[in-house]
Amino acid sequence: MLEIQNLKTRIGDSEILRGLSLSVNAGEVHAIMGPNGSGKSTLAQVVAGHADYEVTAGTVTYNGKNLLELEPEERAREGIFLGFQYPVEIPGVNNAYLLKAAVNAKRKHQGLGEVDAFEFLKLAREKMTTLGMDPKFLNRGVNEGFSGGEKKRNEILQMAMLEPSLAILDETDSGLDIDALKAVAEGVNALRSPDRAIILVTHYQRLLDYIEPDQVHVLSEGRIVRSGDKSLALELEERGYDWLREAASA
Amino acid sequence: MATDPDNLESLVNRRYEHGFVTDIETESLPPGLDENVVRAISARKKEPTFMLEWRLQAYRQWLEMKEPEWAHVHYPKIDYDAISYFAAPKSDDDRPKSLDEVDPKLLETYDKLGIPLHERARLAGVAVDAVFDSVSVATTFKEKLSDVGVIFCSFSEAVQEHPDLVQQYLGTVVPRRDNFFAALNAAVFSDGSFVYIPKGVRCPMELSTYFRINAANTGQFERTLIIADEGSHVSYLEGCTAPMRDENQLHAAVVELVALKDAEIKYSTVQNWYPGDENGVGGIYNFVTKRGDCRGANSKISWTQVETGSAITWKYPSCLLRGENSVGEFYSVAVANNMQQADTGTKMIHIGRNTRSTIVSKGISAGRAENAYRGLVKVLPQAHGARNHTQCDSLLIGKQCGAHTFPYMEIKNPTARIEHEATTSKISADQLFYCRQRGMSEEDAVNMIVNGFCKEVFKELPMEFAVEAQALLNVSLEGAVG
Repeated sequence: MLEIQNLKTRIGDSEILRGLSLSVNAGEVHAIMGPNGSGKSTLAQVVAGHADYEVTAGTVTYNGKNLLELEPEERAREGIFLGFQYPVEIPGVNNAYLLKAAVNAKRKHQGLGEVDAFEFLKLAREKMTTLGMDPKFLNRGVNEGFSGGEKKRNEILQMAMLEPSLAILDETDSGLDIDALKAVAEGVNALRSPDRAIILVTHYQRLLDYIEPDQVHVLSEGRIVRSGDKSLALELEERGYDWLREAASA
Repeated sequence: MATDPDNLESLVNRRYEHGFVTDIETESLPPGLDENVVRAISARKKEPTFMLEWRLQAYRQWLEMKEPEWAHVHYPKIDYDAISYFAAPKSDDDRPKSLDEVDPKLLETYDKLGIPLHERARLAGVAVDAVFDSVSVATTFKEKLSDVGVIFCSFSEAVQEHPDLVQQYLGTVVPRRDNFFAALNAAVFSDGSFVYIPKGVRCPMELSTYFRINAANTGQFERTLIIADEGSHVSYLEGCTAPMRDENQLHAAVVELVALKDAEIKYSTVQNWYPGDENGVGGIYNFVTKRGDCRGANSKISWTQVETGSAITWKYPSCLLRGENSVGEFYSVAVANNMQQADTGTKMIHIGRNTRSTIVSKGISAGRAENAYRGLVKVLPQAHGARNHTQCDSLLIGKQCGAHTFPYMEIKNPTARIEHEATTSKISADQLFYCRQRGMSEEDAVNMIVNGFCKEVFKELPMEFAVEAQALLNVSLEGAVG
């Protein structure tokens, strides 16, 4: 589904990804781990199409299409979802309004009719109940005055509504208490399916106790230095990242 | 192309939609202003002597006045002798008796503007008085309104048919020599709308006027007078457009509102005069004096304005809160794009006891535009228990525009409670990226964010006009983010 070959990107003068390759198939859950500044968030932003990152080399294909040629909104409509590490506040804009606009943008792209307000609310309420969210959330400003946990749940709600083919969750677990973490994990697990892929960008093994990955990759200095199964995450938990960094530079 | 924050200010411009010129023979007075011009206007309109005298006094006062320079706007000096002070469609001599007799070209113009003059008006339940250049063309719904005693007609007609009411109220809210432009208007105003709502009557429909400046080199000086007698209620909307021309055109209108005891007037404006091109060539100078007088106890006047057009807007719809417990409200969205300049706000003058006022101002600046809020809250010594809440928010799109807030407060009574809140924010690249990642186009994202910002004001507009205002705002900012 997602095929990244030798990807190099820079922001300003600094090179962040330095020849990253990654292959993700439908039905798989991948975890990307690594120390601060290793390029994990950059990878997520580049796949979503953030303009601050300049791609200097490499290719990214998604379902056979050259992803780098698509605008961010086109990627979204093609089924790529990014759960943001720091979801932005948009004061005055109703949460339900954004959510409905997002759902309809995608439906329109797929040649489907727009959902009406009634259908939309019904669906949104269902999803919110599953995620343990108060329906009042819909009437608040987008992320306006939300706590850290509320913002992350809101991202998961958007993901649940949009039913993406490829979901990238950028440190969705950071700053969550155990209840919120469980709720987020349940939301993600509910979405697991044979025709969908999920990439979890995370610092900690903790999230992986609740969402079992098929593959774990360790990113260091802009490259994947090791890949393995779930046990790699446990090993990292025990030994830290330094031994990998040494191994990579050796 | 993806969102580049440095590109936020690259401005493309959509052409002004209402910039067509209607090819109708007009009869104008030659440019220039002296007593003879004032006499000619009055004579043409077959006005009674009191009107002519009133105009002449205004003209003499105007001669002694100076153009104000305190506003945060810049423009070359206006040559008042280069303006024609009266332009009427030529067919005026045999004025239309009904819509069917109105020049079809005029109707076509209104059609292009999307004004529901015919059937659409009926469906929408809107009575429209349309002022084209300086003459009121057609007033719909007159009969239905007269059944309940509501008078809604052109100003000229009111002078003929209801001279007592005109004489009683004209100039009592905005005196002739109130300011330079008001004095000029008083001398040469050619038409406008007149509304009288009798005691205890709730006007059965929204009343609406559309103004359009068509002829070149003419100024438009219309005058609106609305009187809500005791216990009555009226909601009034005005909309404005003008064709694209390279010269600047002057619009100096005066609006006077009188609310007697327990009466309520809701006055909404959607102003979309031609703003000039992206280099600031052409466009309307909109120098308008609007004031409401809450003359009786428990009366209420509410101004709602959506200002998207004009090269320069200079306008402060105000309330004189004289009656006890009277209420003044001002809700405003002012958009300035490209080279537009807006200096707008309100004045709330608390005179009676327990008077209350609310000000919500939303300024949006894009391109190289300058947007200023200027507001005065004045509490007189006798106004015990006066309250005001002011909220002033500015939204910036791009890096070359400016937002300014000039709040003035003169509080002479210690029991007054005055609150002022102000914020300035920007549409950030992060917000746009977030919305685009959710599948929205950049344009839709900007519109969504701007509309969210203006929500508090839009909810004050009558339903159908709120939709129009929202659409207009989207058009005005189209291409504001590149």
